[in-house]
Amino acid sequence: MKRSLLPLGLFALLVIVLAFGIYNAPRNGSKIIVSPLLGKSAPEFTLPKLIDVGQQYSGQSLRGGWHLVNVWGTWCVECRAEHATLLQIKGEGRVPIVGIDWKDDDASAVAWLAQLGNPYQTVVADRDGRVAIDWGVYGAPESFLVNPQGIVVEKQTGAMTMEDWRSKFLPHLGTGAQSAGKSGS
Amino acid sequence: MSTRKAVAVALLALSTAAFAVDNTPPLADPAMQQRYLALINEFRCMQCQNEALADSNVSLAADLRLEIHDLIKSGKSDDQIRDYLVARYGEFILFRPRMSWRNAWLWAAPGVLLLGGLAIALRVLRQRARMPISGDDPPDPVTDA
Repeated sequence: MKRSLLPLGLFALLVIVLAFGIYNAPRNGSKIIVSPLLGKSAPEFTLPKLIDVGQQYSGQSLRGGWHLVNVWGTWCVECRAEHATLLQIKGEGRVPIVGIDWKDDDASAVAWLAQLGNPYQTVVADRDGRVAIDWGVYGAPESFLVNPQGIVVEKQTGAMTMEDWRSKFLPHLGTGAQSAGKSGS
Repeated sequence: MSTRKAVAVALLALSTAAFAVDNTPPLADPAMQQRYLALINEFRCMQCQNEALADSNVSLAADLRLEIHDLIKSGKSDDQIRDYLVARYGEFILFRPRMSWRNAWLWAAPGVLLLGGLAIALRVLRQRARMPISGDDPPDPVTDA
């Protein structure tokens, strides 16, 4: 009699384990992939600027101050949703945003920025997507927070919300002017 | 009948050509092309996740195929190419994960489970051997399951 409870107990345990797995599964599998870039130097690159035609931008310029690197494209639906957040981040003035326009048509990108507003300090055009591969980009929009030493300290895959920005990114910037966390982590 | 079967099999074999999505120009060296074809089946398309780079028509997959094509052409070894992609996209891009201390328990799990099962089976068998034989005992529902 007592022994017949054993399979039932095992079954209940299995149900608990599976339920735990199902409820803790991320809604979008792509979100859990941890970027191998975190804690490493931002990849080197030199790309033409989108707006100041004829000028080049080097990844070396990311050093010396905090930067938010945002990979986007006009073909990317979620980027449109994210745009308002980027404008708000620009408004806060905590960190300049560098845009990498990924596999895009330059004219459409310029028109997009003219129409929706330009949150970027600089936008570079990665027309063939080679630089995006070095950054391990697989789904725009993606955002990387790069510290003054040129190390990638945070990454967001998918559209960033102000909530993401405040909870994940701002604490890294430490005691600045506004309502940032107490100190950098 | 067998001719029909042969034709059917041949048609089936040919049908995959219709699904080919790879527009990367083939490598001139057949050995290199062979390596290329093997490699693009080893990596995951990061956007579609359950497709290999070889099967995906997503533009990132096309870019990565071209990247692999160029890396082979520039003389990189298969391992160097694997390291190159893992450095950028993480181990997740490999369909066959590498063995490491982090996932060693996964590799060990089947062996541990098998040994555990054997230990339980041995115990049950020994217990049974010690049981007195009596004809009208009903079979144990647990151990006979």
